[in-house]
Order: sequence, then C-alpha cells, then structure tokens
Amino acid sequence: MIIRGAGLVLRYPGVAAPALAGVSVALDKGELVAVVGPNGSGKTTLLRALLGSQHLEAGAVEVEGRPLEQWRPRELARVVGVVTQREEILFSLTVRETVELGRYAHLGPLAGPRDTDHTAVAQALQRADVFGLAERRTDTLSGGEWQRVRVARALAQNPRALLLDEPTVALDIRHEMEVFELVRKLAGQGIGTLLVTHHLNLAARYADRMLLLNRGSVVAEGTPAEVLRSEVVSAVFEWRVAVTSWCDGAPQIVPLKPGE
Amino acid sequence: MMRARWIWLSLLTLGALSAGLSLGATPISIGALWAGLKDPAADAAPIIRELRLPRVLLGFLVGGGLAVSGAVLQALVRNPLADPFVLGISGGATLGAVVAISAGLSSPWAVPFAAFVGALVTLLLVYRLSLVAGRRLDSNVLLLAGVVASSFTMALVTAILMLVDATRLQNSFRWMLGGLWSASWTTVLMFALYAIVPLGVLLSQARSLDLLALGEEPARHLGADPERVKRLAYLATGFLTAVAVATSGAIGFVGLLVPHAVRRLWGPLHAPLLPAVFLAGGGFLVLADALARSIAPPVELPVGVVTALVGVPLFAILLRRRLA
Repeated sequence: MIIRGAGLVLRYPGVAAPALAGVSVALDKGELVAVVGPNGSGKTTLLRALLGSQHLEAGAVEVEGRPLEQWRPRELARVVGVVTQREEILFSLTVRETVELGRYAHLGPLAGPRDTDHTAVAQALQRADVFGLAERRTDTLSGGEWQRVRVARALAQNPRALLLDEPTVALDIRHEMEVFELVRKLAGQGIGTLLVTHHLNLAARYADRMLLLNRGSVVAEGTPAEVLRSEVVSAVFEWRVAVTSWCDGAPQIVPLKPGE
Repeated sequence: MMRARWIWLSLLTLGALSAGLSLGATPISIGALWAGLKDPAADAAPIIRELRLPRVLLGFLVGGGLAVSGAVLQALVRNPLADPFVLGISGGATLGAVVAISAGLSSPWAVPFAAFVGALVTLLLVYRLSLVAGRRLDSNVLLLAGVVASSFTMALVTAILMLVDATRLQNSFRWMLGGLWSASWTTVLMFALYAIVPLGVLLSQARSLDLLALGEEPARHLGADPERVKRLAYLATGFLTAVAVATSGAIGFVGLLVPHAVRRLWGPLHAPLLPAVFLAGGGFLVLADALARSIAPPVELPVGVVTALVGVPLFAILLRRRLA
C-alpha cells in the first residue's frame, strides 16, 4: 500500500459541517482510483488531507507504512507526485526547465543535475507526450499541453503514486482522452494513481476502483459497476440519472430530462 | 549563447565601473585612470584611490544588493511589481535617520547607524505581523504589513520634519533622496563583509526560489519547504536592504527595474539570474551615480533622482512590451 488515509476528519474554520467526516481511502501500486462526487463533496480536501496540506481533526495518513508527519517535504516528493487543479504561471520557463524542477527533491542543495536527472527528465517528457514541446515557453501552451507538462513534471519526481485533481478540467475531448489514456498507461507501469474527476463516464471506463463522496463522507466504494448505481448517483447529485452500459461493460450515466 | 551573455554582462559591468571612476566634477581620462590605479604617486591617484574607487565600489555593492533583493522579493510575494522597499524597511530607515539628524547627533556614523536600527526594527515588526497564527508567513499579509509600516513611519517622519529647524530639515531631505556621498573604504569594507552572508543565503536558496515562484502548493509538492524558504528569503533580503538603505538612503528603481530587465534575457531561474542581477544592478547604480555627479558639477544630483529619471521610462517600455 503506498498511501492510506484512515478515518480522516477535517473541518474548515468557521464552517460547521466537516469537510471530511471520517473518510478512509487506500491507494495501491499500479491501481487507478477515481474520486468522484458533487461540487463541495470533499474531493479536493481529501487530496489535501492525504498530502498533509490541511490540519486533521482526527484520523491518520500513512505513506508506505510510515505516518505522514514523519515525512519531510523532500522525501515525500520522491514518492508522491501531485498535479493540482490549476497553476498560474508567474514567470514563464521553457517546458524542459519546468519539468527539470521536478528533480528538485533528488538533487543535493548545491549540486547540479547529473546524468540520472537528465534521463529522468527526458523520460518524463516522453511519457507525458510533451517531448516535442521541450523548448517551448510555458505561456505559449494550450490548456491541454500545460496539463500534460505538469504531469511530466510530477513524473520527473519518479513517484510511486500520483495524485491528480481534475486534470481534465476545461479540456476538449481529445485532450481529455489523452489525459485519461496517459493516466491508465502510468497505472500499467506500476504508478498508483488517485484521480479526482467530474467525468463519471470516463472514470467508469478507466478506473479500477471508484470512491463516491458526498458531504465529506464516502457514499459508495468499489468497482465502477458497484458505485455507479442509478439510485445512488441520483440521490448524491440530486438529479435523476439512468445507468446504461457501454460495449466494454463499463456503466455509463445518462442524466434524465425532467419527465423522462 | 549563455556564455556570450555572461561575457557581455561582465564587459558592460567593467565599462560601468570605469565610467564611474572617470566621470565626475573632474573628468579623468582612461589613461590617467589606469596610471592612478597602478601608481600611488600619479597625479590622479588621490582622487581615484580615496574618493572615486570607494564610491564606485560602494555603489556597486548597494546596487547589486538592492537588485538581488528585488528579484528575490518578486518571487517571494509572487508579484513582479515588488521592490525591496515594499516591505516598509526604507520607511523605518528614514525614521531612524531623521530622528538622528533632528537630535543633532554629529558623529558621522550616527545617522547610518540609526537608519540601520530603524530598518531592522521595521523589518522584524513586519515579519512578526506577517506570521499568521504564529506559524505561517503569509505573503499577502507581508505586503499589507509593509504598506502599513511605510505609512506609519512616513507619518512620523513628516511630523518630525515639521518641528525641526531649516538646516536639519534640509539635511533630512538630502538623506531621504539617497546618495553615495558617505562612501569611504571603511563603509565599503563593512558593507562587503556584512553582505556576504545574506547574499550567500539567497544564492543557496536559488532552486527553492524557483519552486516558490510556482506557488506555495506546487513548491511543497515538488519537495520544497515553503515556510523555511520564505523566512530565509525574507530575512536575508531584509538585512541586505536594511544595510543598503542605511548607507545610501532609499535609492529607488534599481530593485524593481534591474530584475525585470535581466529576467527577460536570463530567464527566471534564480541560479543564473541572481548573479546576473547583482552585476547588472551594481553596474546600473554606478553609472547612475556617475551621471548624478557629472550632469551639473559641482552640484551632485541625488542618485535616486537619476535612477528614477532613467528607470521610469525604461520600466514603462518594459511594461508595454509585457502587455503587448
């Protein structure tokens, strides 16, 4: 098990209802887990809790069997890569320079990059399919390219786990599919991936397991077929849906019009 | 490509230093300059060795220090418009200096020392104010606290200036405009010895600053400790700015303009950027000071006037290019 969160309770100051009300989650090697749920259900908060960015009221996070508090940022970055929802560019670098920043945790404080670092950067550029963009400046990239560059930067960390927060937000079909394909491929290479997404249908086709959150609690967990049941999804999203099935067997959600 | 840039910058810096030595109320030719540097008995030797050289070196160190502080603060508060004085340090220094001048302290070290103390007190106050909930150093609060500290100290300065006689008012005003007239071998040596530590700290944090410029969250995810980097960077730039302001007043635009201009050519990665910014900032201030001394001799314009006169149009051009 790479990351395990148990009984996570988290409250934002001034908000009565907890953002997480006792969520447990585990991420294993080579596994793709999709975290879904309505806006404000605690998906991003869960990610932040697993990374120690938020103070927990109760519960514990373990990374590779060791309590999260014992990890220094540098060590953690060599095991867990993160792609947040958005990241604004202040000073634009080239794509290669951006991905090289992913090697920070592997470099000595003053030493320059070595051969292993250059190799890792080249591999990351290739795996995220941005090798051809290496010399482009980041402020000239499209939204999809920038997402893939950030995935590449996380891959340059040589992580055993990836946490992705809505990496396909605002992307068109092709770019969205490219991100899902990439994430699936990475899981196949042994990287445990936790993917927060609003794409129930794509998550159903790509994820090994799904975690459905509502109001800070886990409503359903298991294979996509176990989680995406029409009565559960209708109740959680407060909109009636029907569940059909795609030819590969994955359940697919169809939101119903009123009266249907 | 990279190497050519460094060669150009080094040549330009050397050119600025030579111009700083040769320009002034008494212009000195390059030949006489060389003779005066080599031979203590040469005609120009006293002017060069006792007046110009320490002044040029001090200008170089102050300019370099301010420019590096500006570059780091821009990454620290993630705002390209930050300069070394947004944190209120210059206000505190001015208050200290004006108090010393108004009290009629006569020792040549009294005013810079008071300015330095004023700067450090403000620095620590702003730092303390910005530690939200006792732990996190919040960059937005840092900026706000700096603005508040500036307003407060400047209000006190204005109040004091209303109460002092004309000579002291003039002396205070002169100090506030900034200048390098206090240069001596002692100030150069003290400044250099003092500045080594903050400059070394900032350079050692170059890679962490690259991450911090991405934002605190990405920085942490990539393995940096944002709190540690912010504290180190804030205190190091603060101490550097404090001594610069104490020796030569709040000379504007070096810390804003130079990092911007150099970043366009060197890119934003701090390991190459900071040394380049130091050279460029130093050269820029030396050149500005040479102009200030030679525009209307024997009157010396305050060097801050020259940096602003040159800096504002240049900055406007940079801004336009950036927006275009």
